Amino acid sequence: MLRQLTSRILTKPTTPFFSAAATRRPFSTEVADTSTGDETFVEQWKKVIPNIDPPKTPSQYMKTRPPTPNVLPTKLTVNFVLPYASELSQKEVDMVIVPATTGQMGILPGHVPTIAELKPGLLSVHEGNDVKKYFISSGFAFIHPNSYADILAVEAVPLDRLDQAQVQKGLSEFTQKLSSASTDAEKAEAQIGVDVHSALNFALTG
Amino acid sequence: MASTAAVPFWRSAGMTYITYSNICANLVRNCLKEPYKSEAINREKVHFSVSKWTDGKPEKPTIRSDTPE
Repeated sequence: MLRQLTSRILTKPTTPFFSAAATRRPFSTEVADTSTGDETFVEQWKKVIPNIDPPKTPSQYMKTRPPTPNVLPTKLTVNFVLPYASELSQKEVDMVIVPATTGQMGILPGHVPTIAELKPGLLSVHEGNDVKKYFISSGFAFIHPNSYADILAVEAVPLDRLDQAQVQKGLSEFTQKLSSASTDAEKAEAQIGVDVHSALNFALTG
Repeated sequence: MASTAAVPFWRSAGMTYITYSNICANLVRNCLKEPYKSEAINREKVHFSVSKWTDGKPEKPTIRSDTPE
């Protein structure tokens, strides 16, 4: 019941809370709206807890993705997300090149389903003649059989926001740290520093 | 990667993937131009309000701010 109330408020943002509660409060005997989503789950729920409406499941909020088409699609649908922002959402592009740990990987429509770990490097999104370049720190790319690709990164920035001077400074600092590191943890940290800064340097100059 | 493959150097140094990816992200943030740099660093700040409980009553809360490195 509560979830219906919230969903009603959400759908009608202009209605004040209390009037919405007073006027549109459903009776407990009212049939819950379960037109979409998990029918078997709702059925099971009703058997066990008949007096409480079943909770909404993620499938009721998420649009299901299209099945794998028989013909090869011409475009690749990309979702590129960061913890704080959604950079690309359902964007149809020609190709993306991701920095996988095994090397730069180009993804075209109809790519085989893969999960790739990403290393610090250049991500480029090709759309016609437009190429958008991002530097991503690390993350994962999921390639689905229906020509959908999900790219998740911890930090990603467009290339023009990077400072070349800072990169050079960081590179020399971590190269020096790597030679003076004594413990395994220090060495690894310095090695990460060198790797990230070399990748940054390569992305900016190469 | 297959399980038979060599583990990454940071893994053998006892680092977890979360630690590794956070270090990478921090280094990238530090290489940004202003004003994106301070914006990105501010986004990562975490503040805790901590209050100890004595005799079933909370004491005055203290604010702890954690900034990544």
